[in-house]
Amino acid sequence: MSNSHSIVRVSGVTKVFKLRKHDVEALRGVDLEIHAGEYLSIMGPSGSGKSTLFNMIGGLDKPSSGKVFIDEVDIAQLDAYELAWLRCRKIGYIFQTFNLIQVMTALENVTLPMIFAGMHNDAAVEKGLDLLEVVGLGDRFRHKPFELSGGQQQRVAIARAMANDPAIILADEPTGNLDLTTGEEIIELLKRLSEEKSVTVISATHDFKMLSVSDRVVWIRDGRIDKVEEREQLSISVGEIAHRA
Amino acid sequence: MFPAYCFCVILFVFGIVLSFVYTLIHKRMIVTKSANRGTEISRQVVLPFMKSLEISLKSIRVRFFRSMITTMSLILAVSFLSFVRVGTDAANGLLQTQNPTYRQALVRAGYDLEPGATSMGSSAKERWIVILSLLVCVVGIVNAQLMAVTERFREIGTIKCLGALDSFVLRLFVLEAGMQGLAGAGIGALLGTVAALLNSLIRFGLVAWRYVYWLAVAKSMVFALAIGCILSLLGVLYPAIVAARMQPVEAMRVEQ
Ligand SMILES: Nc1ncnc2c1ncn2[C@@H]1O[C@H](COP(=O)(O)OP(=O)(O)OP(=O)(O)O)[C@@H](O)[C@H]1O
Ligand SMILES: [Mg+2]
Repeated sequence: MSNSHSIVRVSGVTKVFKLRKHDVEALRGVDLEIHAGEYLSIMGPSGSGKSTLFNMIGGLDKPSSGKVFIDEVDIAQLDAYELAWLRCRKIGYIFQTFNLIQVMTALENVTLPMIFAGMHNDAAVEKGLDLLEVVGLGDRFRHKPFELSGGQQQRVAIARAMANDPAIILADEPTGNLDLTTGEEIIELLKRLSEEKSVTVISATHDFKMLSVSDRVVWIRDGRIDKVEEREQLSISVGEIAHRA
Repeated sequence: MFPAYCFCVILFVFGIVLSFVYTLIHKRMIVTKSANRGTEISRQVVLPFMKSLEISLKSIRVRFFRSMITTMSLILAVSFLSFVRVGTDAANGLLQTQNPTYRQALVRAGYDLEPGATSMGSSAKERWIVILSLLVCVVGIVNAQLMAVTERFREIGTIKCLGALDSFVLRLFVLEAGMQGLAGAGIGALLGTVAALLNSLIRFGLVAWRYVYWLAVAKSMVFALAIGCILSLLGVLYPAIVAARMQPVEAMRVEQ
């Protein structure tokens, strides 16, 4: 994968949250290059800054210093319109809490980003049904989120993230609220989609099941990158972890 | 005497100016950008009007009870407004017959009549009460809408992640308020008119209806309807702007 171009480049990113009494340094200078088409996991203990980094890469929050480039464009330079376009077309988001829109059916949730992207309603519905079929919910398209299980909701969220054929899928603890087997299914699904559609998947997680499908794992601790492991090195440390557990 | 409609017109103008300034700022941003980079990108994030209508209708339907409560204060205020105005219209109808019996009935019913007057407006006291009730109503709507917005922070954050612009969020809330306003003001105007007509029927008997200027009544209803819609839109303006300006992360951090 080393010869493909870097789709995301994070350079010297720091993030300081100013609270009333003191400042919290969530990120203390992160440099990272993510190649097109790879499946990257960001691992680290709770509070290490995974979600913060996720928000920076996704253009959901601004770094205190440093830059984030997507396709070599500094996203701090984008205006509201271009940022919306980026979120709509270029990136698909998946959250721990699913974040489906409660008042809409599964199908409407999936078609909304396509509507924003200017797709015709009928075409969006057709593609939405296909996507729901792909994630294994072809027959549940009429259901509202609260009528679906956690795993099914996350599947809808994945279908929604894929709606505009994004180049990048960002997933913040996609399995965090799911049980073991459902989590595994979701990971499988993400892996399959990333291979079939050659999307770059970046997922923040502390779920070790994620390791086996990752091309690369970035370990992060206290707002800094601890180490980056390639797939080959990985099996060894996974073995260690499995031993320890 | 500062008439009620003066007050409302001022409110209305204020609202229009506010929303105009908002769109202006927005537009200028887009224009400068598209000058820099060409219009290619700026055209690619859209929310067709029919779709936004559909979404707001759905939101109202799903939160029907909550919408009802938001609308209730509007119904009350608007029905009071149309009650006062239609009541005056009915009394005016009687007065203009120039028949001394009706005139006496009017005086007995509590209308202050100048000797020889052939028409009258509503009394100063009534007007002030109407203005006050409308004011209270706007405050109530702002309050209810702020709560509705807070309730939907996560939803707002999510649709922004999916590529919604500030203006989409603003439009959804304004559409919702507009529909609530139309429904609430419509019901209110109807209720108030019916009550006023029944009231004049009880006070003066069937003659009251014979001399009513139906055109004046219709005008009063339309007026009350318009005021109701304007108040509803005015009440949602601030909450909607707050919602539209939210950053996705802030919006989604909120526990619910
Ligand atoms: N909005 C905020 N305001 C203040 N501090 C924050 C904010 N967001 C994050 N932090 C702090 O930044 C640090 C990193 O938080 P972050 O959410 O990125 O951790 P995380 O690695 O995602 O943890 P978890 O695995 O529990 O989700 C934490 O110390 C947290 O308290
Ligand atoms: Mg987190």
